[in-house]
Amino acid sequence: MKLEEKLALDAFKVDEKSHILIDHRICRSLCKTKYCLRVCPAELYRYEQQQDEIRVEHAGCLECGTCLVACRPGAISWSYPKGGRGVQYRFG
Amino acid sequence: MEELDLVVVGAGVSGLTAAYYAAKAGLGVLVLERGDVAGSKNLSGGRLYLGPLRGLMDELLEGLCLERKVMLEKLSVMGKQGSASLSVRQDFFGQPQYESHTVLRASLDSHLSERVAQAGGFVVPQKRVDSLLREGARVVGIRSDGEEIRAKVVILAEGVLGLLSRELGVKAPPSPKEAATALKEVIQLPSEIIQSRFGVGEGQGVAHLFVGSLTSGVAGGGFLYTNRESLSLGLVLRLEHLMESQLQPHELLESFKAREEIARLLEGGQLVEYGAHMIPEARRLAPQSLVGDGYLVVGDAAGFSLNMGLTVRGMDMAMASGFFASRAVIQASQSNDFSASSLASYLQMLRGSFVMKDLERFAPLERVLSRKRIYNEYPEIFCQMLGGLFQVGPGPKEGYLRSLRKALGRGPGMPVLLRDLWDMRRL
Repeated sequence: MKLEEKLALDAFKVDEKSHILIDHRICRSLCKTKYCLRVCPAELYRYEQQQDEIRVEHAGCLECGTCLVACRPGAISWSYPKGGRGVQYRFG
Repeated sequence: MEELDLVVVGAGVSGLTAAYYAAKAGLGVLVLERGDVAGSKNLSGGRLYLGPLRGLMDELLEGLCLERKVMLEKLSVMGKQGSASLSVRQDFFGQPQYESHTVLRASLDSHLSERVAQAGGFVVPQKRVDSLLREGARVVGIRSDGEEIRAKVVILAEGVLGLLSRELGVKAPPSPKEAATALKEVIQLPSEIIQSRFGVGEGQGVAHLFVGSLTSGVAGGGFLYTNRESLSLGLVLRLEHLMESQLQPHELLESFKAREEIARLLEGGQLVEYGAHMIPEARRLAPQSLVGDGYLVVGDAAGFSLNMGLTVRGMDMAMASGFFASRAVIQASQSNDFSASSLASYLQMLRGSFVMKDLERFAPLERVLSRKRIYNEYPEIFCQMLGGLFQVGPGPKEGYLRSLRKALGRGPGMPVLLRDLWDMRRL
């Protein structure tokens, strides 16, 4: 099964405001490895070549924090979505 | 609002245990939870050991919302082209002092939350704690949605990332060396099929761990737990190794599921949820950082989890830490002294209990288990070795010892193997 299909099974209450902010200057100047593109279990990060920017689709975030821990240059500032928003596990 | 005695940040098993016992002792308790309901942000592999908690919190353990009692333990070592498995059943697994159960957090945590309410505490969901209220070094409450809530003491049960406790000098979030990413699927399957397929009776379950080529050299492994009417299947991957590799977690999970050994067990099942969570692993925080003026840190936020190879624990330690924190808070409120030195009784109780003793005893094992060869070279050799012993091919069969020596010769060599064994000598 494709990852998008799996995420479609989860319950999300999406906040229009993203809880993940990326500092593109840090990505461009300090980060060679771009771990975020690979380690996210929901594969929400992608690289936009034209703008030379990392983008994240916060709506499918499983709130594990892997990107926050893996991103050592500190380009990702990450908070939990506000109360009652984000993924809502029905089984856990 | 009148000042509360205790605010607990996070309705997981540690926070709710703390809240329950504090409320029962008559303290004014408020639990704040950012999810829709208690449990909706929580995810665990799915197994709770009750044995260590017996004698501490028997009353709370009565009527817990559990899935199946684990009566069968399985461990599979996986090579690239085969696997070798161990299956252990003992009558005593079912006895109260040893019993363990599979759990699903949504139901476990919402039940605990009801228990807190019955004991007189308040659990308020959909409330994210944004920051701590401080007066100098002292924590005097929390801030949520622009509202300030003051309390005599705050218990931080906020989970592995420690976004609030880092304000207090706790080393958080964990480094990639101290954390694993876990992925999990919940797959629905009728209970009769679970029972016949896994060879267990009604209400009984299996805990199956997998180690070896499925993680492609990343420290970690796979797990499969049987719930009442579903399976919990997943992978745990040490982040440090995952970063060094070129692997993607979801792809690893898919190749694990495609293995013949696994695919057959999942047949006819329906995926109903996919989740991910981090696990503190080989993470040791300075104990004195877990207590300060007006606060205590418990559960995953305090790094209380332990991978012992054959067993993976976290929730039992979390609940025990919540229990000890509640005791420290109750004692402190008798003298109305919530300073760090008064709350430090929490640390004494932890040190005197299985929590610190097990964490210390098995720390060397966690170090050995961080070595990559445990996850690629050794499983491959082990599977080839056993495969070689069982096979009968054309011509005369090779002697057993010769087969063993040949298999071992393909590994990293005897000196390395002996050193790994030596490092485990005090376990």
